[in-house]
Amino acid sequence: MAQHTNQGSHAHGAHDEHGAHESHGSLKSYVIGFVLSLILTAIPLIIVLNDVLEGTAAKVVLLGAAILQFVVQLVYFMHLKEEGKPRWNFMVLILGLIIVLTIVAGSIWIMTYNKVA
Amino acid sequence: MAKSGNHIVSAPSQHGGGHAHEGHHDLEGMRLMGFWIFLITDCILFGTLFATYVVLSGNTAGGPTGAELFEMPGVIAETFILLTSSFTSGLAVLAMNRGDRKGLISWLAVTVVLGAAFITLEVTEFVTLVHEGATISTSAHWSAFYTLVGTHGLHVSLGLVWMIAIMIQLGRHGINSVTRRKVNVISLYWHFLDVVWIFVFTIVYLLEVM
Repeated sequence: MAQHTNQGSHAHGAHDEHGAHESHGSLKSYVIGFVLSLILTAIPLIIVLNDVLEGTAAKVVLLGAAILQFVVQLVYFMHLKEEGKPRWNFMVLILGLIIVLTIVAGSIWIMTYNKVA
Repeated sequence: MAKSGNHIVSAPSQHGGGHAHEGHHDLEGMRLMGFWIFLITDCILFGTLFATYVVLSGNTAGGPTGAELFEMPGVIAETFILLTSSFTSGLAVLAMNRGDRKGLISWLAVTVVLGAAFITLEVTEFVTLVHEGATISTSAHWSAFYTLVGTHGLHVSLGLVWMIAIMIQLGRHGINSVTRRKVNVISLYWHFLDVVWIFVFTIVYLLEVM
């Protein structure tokens, strides 16, 4: 138990916090995440403001860039990959994403066939 | 000192497992996990609002559409400001891991200032939209718009108050296992809000003005 009193004021105590997935972050990972996010924000902007792509192709690229940026932030900002072995955070995330996808895709699907006009 | 030294050396090889003996630390880990579960439920909340927006976005009832009224320069500024604040909240966590309290509080302060700039731009945008005749009761499109974007704005506003409260606690109590967990939680929350905004920016604004 003496460890805990030491740990509280110790500079590197965060390293052994169980489940604290962002304690493992380094400056490098945050900078990489930030630069990738900037690029993934700039690409859709350039496409839309300069009318590079139209219709479905533009939609796919825009949504793809958003999803990629989601993954980039999960990995480089939230450090999801560095989680310890039973990967509870990851499992809860997958469950949440399944529910979100069901709600969003299901709503769009049903309402597409429900339009009167 | 020697004991906690051992701790650090052993940590990278076995983090995650084998910490059952660290009652207090485990508890803070559990609390962080609990917050993660809350974030996932918040994801579901935003999922339903996004679904509502996508379904209703075509129903403008003869009123103004988003493509006519959205002013992209402000929205683009909001996007880059929030993205940068997500990065600075990460720098705050890094300062904390170094045991640098001043750096930690300073980076949190930068994050709060950027967050406040985001909210200011968003409120300005809403006021402009209302003046141009797009209120929450104008059409289903605008109801869905204000509910989705407004809910995200409320989350950011709440995060600002919360972050200031944590800065005060850090000033009083310094960095200990409890304040460390609180900083980890607010930084997760802030990254999450940035992720939600990316989808707001893409689905509500970019796809609309395309």
